[in-house]
Amino acid sequence: MSNRHFLGYPRERGLPGTRNLVAVIPSVFCANVVARRIAEQVAGTVALCHPVGCSQVGWDLELTARALKGVGRHPNFYGVVVVGLGCERFRAEELAAAIAEAGKPVEMVIIQKEGDTLKAVERGTRLAGRLVSEAARQSRQELPLSQLCLGLKCGGTDATSGLAANPALGWVTDRLIEAGGAAIFTEVTELLGAEDILARRAVNRDVAEAIRTVISNMEGRLRTATGWQELQHRSALISPGNEDGGVTTVVEKALGGIYKAGSAPISGVLAYGQEVPGSGLYLLDCVGHDGEAVTGLVASGCQVVVFTTGRGTPTGFPGVPVVKMTGNSATFQRMQTNIDFNAGTIIEGARLEEVGAELLEKVIRVASGEPTRAELGYHDELFCITRDYTAGVSYN
Amino acid sequence: MAEALQLNPRDNVAVVLSNVRGGEEVKVIGRETLKLTAKEDIPFGHKIALLFLEANGAIIKYGEEIGKARIPILPGSWVHLHNVYCERGKEVL
Repeated sequence: MSNRHFLGYPRERGLPGTRNLVAVIPSVFCANVVARRIAEQVAGTVALCHPVGCSQVGWDLELTARALKGVGRHPNFYGVVVVGLGCERFRAEELAAAIAEAGKPVEMVIIQKEGDTLKAVERGTRLAGRLVSEAARQSRQELPLSQLCLGLKCGGTDATSGLAANPALGWVTDRLIEAGGAAIFTEVTELLGAEDILARRAVNRDVAEAIRTVISNMEGRLRTATGWQELQHRSALISPGNEDGGVTTVVEKALGGIYKAGSAPISGVLAYGQEVPGSGLYLLDCVGHDGEAVTGLVASGCQVVVFTTGRGTPTGFPGVPVVKMTGNSATFQRMQTNIDFNAGTIIEGARLEEVGAELLEKVIRVASGEPTRAELGYHDELFCITRDYTAGVSYN
Repeated sequence: MAEALQLNPRDNVAVVLSNVRGGEEVKVIGRETLKLTAKEDIPFGHKIALLFLEANGAIIKYGEEIGKARIPILPGSWVHLHNVYCERGKEVL
């Protein structure tokens, strides 16, 4: 396994890229349209639009800052054009400086400074074009799997997720970590009931304590949110689709979900936007929302995300491949233009090791440039920055 | 014959691997001595009770407690929202 390679783009600092794009990132939602128009005019760019960046304070603003900086320094982006408005709470200058610190070329366009939309789009378009031309000098090289950080996610879960898709992904996670790579799992809202199992897998007592703390904090948030007498019709912790698919409780979902994290020891707990510190398996502190979680995985540096689904979901992330796999053969047949891999054959009798090995091949091909279904279809709806006014970090 | 999968030896429910009709015999893979008849229709991927489950007794899947029985559940019954509750993450009102 350790002699396996993928073809990636080495970067000046940190992990290599699995794509070689130029990102156009607004520091505030007011700059979204300018950012989108720049990206529409320059091939090889991708816009990362979002609804935040102003009228925020404290931990909520800090989460936005960490997420945007994390996504901006992602290895799949050769360089970044930051687009600011000029008066926003989260400064474009702060974002650009953090990205430059990661060793990336970065340009900045401020709408109020340029004059108006047209002038900002024109300048941004020229700058983005120049970065794309520079990026073209990079080429893919053979790199060991130890240079890969895999994001683990599930969404639209049904009973097959715990039977087939998550076990197959867990097999791949174990092989990647044996090869010296890294993997990150999250969705803490859906880990209730799995804390003992996960804490037993911690590399030391501090990590075990941190795992229990993030899960217990999240359960506290959920308790507060489900305690409103008049909102009992909004208190379900799993979705109607999960229930239709045979998942009855949040604990059942958790126990099926953690299979995707394989069996390796858990090396640490990461805060939202914290860069993955090295090889091994990590738990990211984030809710289960598909977009917020994948955004967190990307902000921590995952160059490929593998996303298991039972009911089927079409979503993707701008600039980072999200491999969709299912344990439900009927879903795979139905959603042919959305799902990349079928692990449903495990339920029909195929061996986990065989299906896992095929999935690993798929991950290596995608890391080496093969587009995912979501990339082919321009799906980019998973860029969603998490928000939280209540919590803080106490473990890092 | 319809098949069901018991994921852990401790489990008192199994997952049916096809849509099962009420009255149909269900074979639990690896437990050939167990005679189980579905009490009602059970959709693909949903749970079937392997034995008698007392009210407020633990429902065990993946070797762990996933919730508790709301009411006594007979072997062969469909085990889902109508007869299971779970207090995790919920304010107890």
